[in-house]
Amino acid sequence: MSLVVTPGWYMTLAALLFAIGALGILIRRNALVMFMCIELMLNAVNLTFVAAGRALGNLDGQMAVFFVLVVAAAEVVVGLAIIVAIFRRRESASVDELSEMAG
Amino acid sequence: MGFEIDYLAIAPELILVATIVMVLVLDFVLPRRAKYFTAIASVLGVTFAALPLLILAVDGGSREMFDGSYTVDTFALVLKGLFIVAGYLVLLMSVSYIEGDRYYQGEYYFLILCSILGSLVMASSRDLIVLFIGLELTTAPLFMLAGWRKGDMKSNEASLKYYILGVLSTALMLFGMSLVFGLTGEVSFDGIREGIGDAAAGDASTALGLAVLLIIVGFGFKVSAVPFHFWAPDTYEGAPTPVTAYLSVNSKAAGFVGMLILMYLALPGASNYWAPALWIMAAASMTIGNLAALRQQNIVRLLAYSSIAQAGFMLVPFAAAAVSGTDLSEAFSATVVYLVIYSIMNLGAFAVVIAGARKTGTGDIDGWAGLGSYDARLGVLAAVFFFSLAGIPPLAGWFAKFVMFRSVMIAGGVSTVALAVIAAVNSVIAFYYYARVVKSIWLDGAPATALGDRADTPAGSLRLALIIAGVLTVLVGIYPTLASVFGDASRVLAAG
Repeated sequence: MSLVVTPGWYMTLAALLFAIGALGILIRRNALVMFMCIELMLNAVNLTFVAAGRALGNLDGQMAVFFVLVVAAAEVVVGLAIIVAIFRRRESASVDELSEMAG
Repeated sequence: MGFEIDYLAIAPELILVATIVMVLVLDFVLPRRAKYFTAIASVLGVTFAALPLLILAVDGGSREMFDGSYTVDTFALVLKGLFIVAGYLVLLMSVSYIEGDRYYQGEYYFLILCSILGSLVMASSRDLIVLFIGLELTTAPLFMLAGWRKGDMKSNEASLKYYILGVLSTALMLFGMSLVFGLTGEVSFDGIREGIGDAAAGDASTALGLAVLLIIVGFGFKVSAVPFHFWAPDTYEGAPTPVTAYLSVNSKAAGFVGMLILMYLALPGASNYWAPALWIMAAASMTIGNLAALRQQNIVRLLAYSSIAQAGFMLVPFAAAAVSGTDLSEAFSATVVYLVIYSIMNLGAFAVVIAGARKTGTGDIDGWAGLGSYDARLGVLAAVFFFSLAGIPPLAGWFAKFVMFRSVMIAGGVSTVALAVIAAVNSVIAFYYYARVVKSIWLDGAPATALGDRADTPAGSLRLALIIAGVLTVLVGIYPTLASVFGDASRVLAAG
């Protein structure tokens, strides 16, 4: 008996990764960890694109991944810059302490 | 093959790219005291980018590139025109505001031009990848612009909140898109539209529903519709005011355009999933946005909640038509007309806020008391824009509300009439808080001690922005045909 890894496995893994990332955003309060969770979600997206593209024999999926990777990298740069700017002023990366405005 | 490049069709984008590069180089070579040349270059660049749009509009017809994934038709031209005019007004508002700060001017214009470029790409996108790139190019520079005042804690907070929710919404939307790709095997809107029927019929219909909902949630964040709106008031308050104006007009409009073309061109076959979601978002945005706006003291926060409520109004035609299953083309053109009018009057309102904040030295509505008595012109303009937002004839806003209600009446049906009733009640609530600002300006007495410089006259560029927005608001209100041209142009997309 041999074990065949079907595209469904990849889809399930991607869905799990995405769920872990989404959960992390909801429960973690450190901005850096929230970043990592977002990266996890984007990687789940990439996995879905690649697996679906491979299963369907369609190159568009792989192409989409390149664009997602580039945009994700650009967004991390922006995000880290914002965190550094905040950290310089208050020595903390917790989002709960950021509550100057309300209402 | 479709890989020949039609340079005239993408001339506006090319001119903007050239301007962006030029602004960066200028910023590098110019001495500190001459940095305002970057502002002049940006304004000129955006003006020149509008010229090919006119040529293309006169020429008419639809030009497709890259196998149809980048299309320049009359619908795209109308929206590009809107984005360019709105971007132009925001640039005019920014000049004096940014000059007053000690921060870097060159990068500011670089970032805002990048965002305008992204929204132009967005209007032409006819496949998921181009749509995604356009949307990200529109929003990513805004994360930085929201945090422009690096030393100000409020600005930092604004930018981090906007960033985390913006990136989260992107991830949700992308996961939805990847599922749509997996189900249909296509990234082009046409391919998805044809493939979606099979996907909806098979056992994959749950996955399709999930995908559509994820996409709607993602766009819900971008257009700040309730219940995905909570970032908006804080980000609007903390960001520099011209950036807030840009966020509430261009970035919101880009989100709307993306959502509508995706739903209309690619996913009409899945409307049983997205129509109820849009209905709920429309009703909730109008009601919660307006109720929250009632108790605001800060004028920028008031406009933030007002823009949430206006997003609800903008969703109404599409939600109504989709829920009742009628033809979407009427709703599509109604939304475009609303979007155009909203953009102009909201930018005008923000220009008044910038000028008024300098004069009164405060963002509190009570602090604006008696503004009309010491600056009648600004007071009149404030009344024009705020009454227009409330939808009072003969100012442009009434026509936006009119086309919205007309499209709902065309759609008919019980659930759409319910939505129309909610919209009507909300129009009345909205009038109260818009009128409160005007009352404070005209009917309340001015405080004896002035916080700001009452003699301050707005800079020439800001005055120009006020005049353009004011003239357009009055003109469109008196001759609504001017705006309905945009609606008719966008109906071409519906036919094709």
